[in-house]
Amino acid sequence: MNDEPILSARGLRLSFGAVRALDDVSIDLWPGEVLAIVGESGSGKSTLLRVLAGETRPDAGSVTYGDPQGGTRDVHGMTEAARRRLARTEWGFVHQDPRDGLRMAVSAGGNVGERLMAVGDRHYGNIREEAARWLERVEIPRSRIDDAPRLFSGGMRQRLQIARTLVTRPRLVFMDEPTGGLDVSVQARLLDLIRALVADLGIAVILVTHDIAAARLLAHRMVVMRQGRVVEEGLTDRVLDDPRHPYTQLLVSSVLAA
Amino acid sequence: MSGYNFAYLDEGTKRMIRRALLKAVAVPGFQVPFGSREMPLPYGWGTGGIQVTAAVIGPDDTLKVIDQGADDTTNAVSIRRFFARVAPGLRTTESTAEATVIQTRHRIPETPLREGQVMVYQVPQPEPLFRLEPRRAETRRLHALADYGLMQVKLYEDIARHGRVASSYDHPVMVGDRYLMSPSPIPSFDNPKMHMSPALQLFGAGRERRLYAVPPYTAVRSLDFEDHPFVPLRANGRCTLCGSGESYLDEVVTDDRGGRMFVCSDTDYCGTRQARMKEAAE
Amino acid sequence: MYVAVKGGETAIANAHAWLDEARRGDPSVPELTTDQVAEQLTLAVDRAMSEGSLYDPGLGALAVKQARGDGIEAAFLLRAYRTTLPRFAASLPVDTGAMAVRRRVSATYKDLPGGQVLGPTFDYTHRLLDFALAAEGYAPARSEEAEPGEDAAFPRVTGLLAGEGLMAPEVASDEEPADVTRTPTTYPATRALRLQRLARGDEGFLLGMAYSTQRGYGNSHPFVGELRQGSVAVTIVPEELGFEIEIGEIEVTECEMVNQFKGSRSEPPQFTRGYGLTFGRLERRAMSMALVDRALRAEELGEDATAPAQDEEFVLNHSDNIEATGFLEHLKLPHYVDFQSELESVRAMRAQVEAERAAPQAFKEAAE
Repeated sequence: MNDEPILSARGLRLSFGAVRALDDVSIDLWPGEVLAIVGESGSGKSTLLRVLAGETRPDAGSVTYGDPQGGTRDVHGMTEAARRRLARTEWGFVHQDPRDGLRMAVSAGGNVGERLMAVGDRHYGNIREEAARWLERVEIPRSRIDDAPRLFSGGMRQRLQIARTLVTRPRLVFMDEPTGGLDVSVQARLLDLIRALVADLGIAVILVTHDIAAARLLAHRMVVMRQGRVVEEGLTDRVLDDPRHPYTQLLVSSVLAA
Repeated sequence: MSGYNFAYLDEGTKRMIRRALLKAVAVPGFQVPFGSREMPLPYGWGTGGIQVTAAVIGPDDTLKVIDQGADDTTNAVSIRRFFARVAPGLRTTESTAEATVIQTRHRIPETPLREGQVMVYQVPQPEPLFRLEPRRAETRRLHALADYGLMQVKLYEDIARHGRVASSYDHPVMVGDRYLMSPSPIPSFDNPKMHMSPALQLFGAGRERRLYAVPPYTAVRSLDFEDHPFVPLRANGRCTLCGSGESYLDEVVTDDRGGRMFVCSDTDYCGTRQARMKEAAE
Repeated sequence: MYVAVKGGETAIANAHAWLDEARRGDPSVPELTTDQVAEQLTLAVDRAMSEGSLYDPGLGALAVKQARGDGIEAAFLLRAYRTTLPRFAASLPVDTGAMAVRRRVSATYKDLPGGQVLGPTFDYTHRLLDFALAAEGYAPARSEEAEPGEDAAFPRVTGLLAGEGLMAPEVASDEEPADVTRTPTTYPATRALRLQRLARGDEGFLLGMAYSTQRGYGNSHPFVGELRQGSVAVTIVPEELGFEIEIGEIEVTECEMVNQFKGSRSEPPQFTRGYGLTFGRLERRAMSMALVDRALRAEELGEDATAPAQDEEFVLNHSDNIEATGFLEHLKLPHYVDFQSELESVRAMRAQVEAERAAPQAFKEAAE
């Protein structure tokens, strides 16, 4: 792993009225690392993801992105234009509901090709071929390239969203409950796929999930959140096998019991 | 018509429009909001073009008005007559070569334009992205960020579905490599005429309250793919009247048994060629 | 040989002459005077003035006559005239609290200071065709009730609620509002701009939008707090004088709709208002405007904005009937150049499909 973090947050605070969604949160993510943020709903983990991705502005604190040239950039200080450019090139976002990340009326090929076109690719044949390769990579038959995601199952839509996000080989991907809302059998297959792709491409991932099993399978390291605070963090195996904070113990035991 | 200022609009309004036009020329392809006035002609019938023409025209100018390429279509006649009434001293013409200002709906003349001429386009919908994103607050952001992937996706979908780009008129263009622009509903056949044109091209959308411009000698590229290049389409045939095999043709149905013929849509171009043929024959 | 027929100057002139004749109708029937229109088709004139944004009953009557009774065409004529008028001054806001009230009803209180004044209304009439009106020389019976005196006080219902702290206060502002007839609207718009656009919006559109909020497309639980109709003074402050002078009176109708607001974390539940104001005696219009105004405040009040009537860009951009009718009717203009392109394009696509059918394999490879 490199010396400099790819994403670094310091002292994030954010309140909605009287509710403290983030209460002095600091996080580092290293290139190629998968970091899981776990906690119950309402723990602030989804808010944290939006703040890290620059979509929601914190009341206090900073988020810094380490770019490939070795420089650092203030995520909330950059212009919207710069942030959007980043979001379609070096970053990616996988939503829980694929409908939020896909264009439902556009063909699978068009969905995957959009990011290529957004970064200036203007060769139809190449775009189509690259889209077809990515469909195969996420186990969608090439023959479905001209079908709209409307006609796809939930699992296929999610795989399509992943292909669409990864096609430009981003360095950093934000994932918000990527397996939420899917059948258990479909979840397992999707988790395997994500793990293989992330390892292959060496992508850094911030994964928000309430699913401890998913975190164990994908993440190198994990952060446990409760009421807007980080209550525990460490290597995934250590946190799950030897949880120190009572809340983490509860979280882990409830999974084991279930 | 007494009681109205030269060219109908009061001088304050003309200045406001000219200021907006200057901004439009300075930022080619960018849609400049302007305080479009209510005109005595209905919205959608050229109120934007008329306001632009009224703002730039003077008594020394020669005005040509075309609709569908023709000088004698009803709306062209109506607009030309309007200016003849409200702009004393203004000369009108049907000749592209003689005109200093040409107001048009849906066509660019066949006769190449020259320096010093002003083309004024009537624009029903200035926003090239409106079918993909109807919210103007959002399209404005997309323009600001030059985020045009969406438009390219639409072309991709056309090719995937139909084997070719399906838009045959109002085909979007990139102006000066920066702004995506609607060329107004001209046939894609006319798009290449906009590229590096020596004439100043002004666009007015009255109902939508936007002006934009392409200054002389500006790059105007029709959106396409490297391996599916933009192809301007025209009917495969010759004009029955003047024999032109290059001009844009109107198809005229001559009977109810499938009989049809083609004639130039540009009446001035066709008439000039016919006159020349007649001279040559004599 | 067949030559393409393209319209011409003569055709237009003939058509317009015919229009003049058609407008006049049977010459054996006496011609309608604009006075008759102004006096007897007042609501048509009121609507033309409202949508035309010009208060002048004489010109309004002329517009209605010239438009052969078509409301939108009449409003269009007024707008086109209005745009050429020089602007001498901007009036001060009219004080509808000081209105000489002809009609005033509230649905929220049975009785209230000033009382309910029914006034000349269609309400409670039985909609039976009155054949007496078809006969000439019809003279109405004189109405019994005298008009309320000018000094009668009519405190606003919303003011009564505000006194109890139950009505969300409207923040007064001396900021000069932008003028929708001069400045293109950008979004999000201010409430002042929204109200201006609604005030000149198409009555049918406003009614449909307002109705949709009542049927569940956007949550509202409206009450007519107050509907008042009457005349108000218009005053200006000429720069050279520096004090107010009254330049005339106009008839207006004002509606304040009272809507419940559930409250938020920071604010307790209270009532909020939707506002409608129109020239003349157009109650339906004022009420519709008030409902749509309230619906458009959803975001400002922290409510979910999901219904069409709550969508500012959608409502404001499609409410103007002069814009809408022009763009719709422009479809009558020749489009043969575009259609020709479309023809060529469809033919080319069909040719492609046929070629593909003939040699499917080779084609597919070429495309990929």
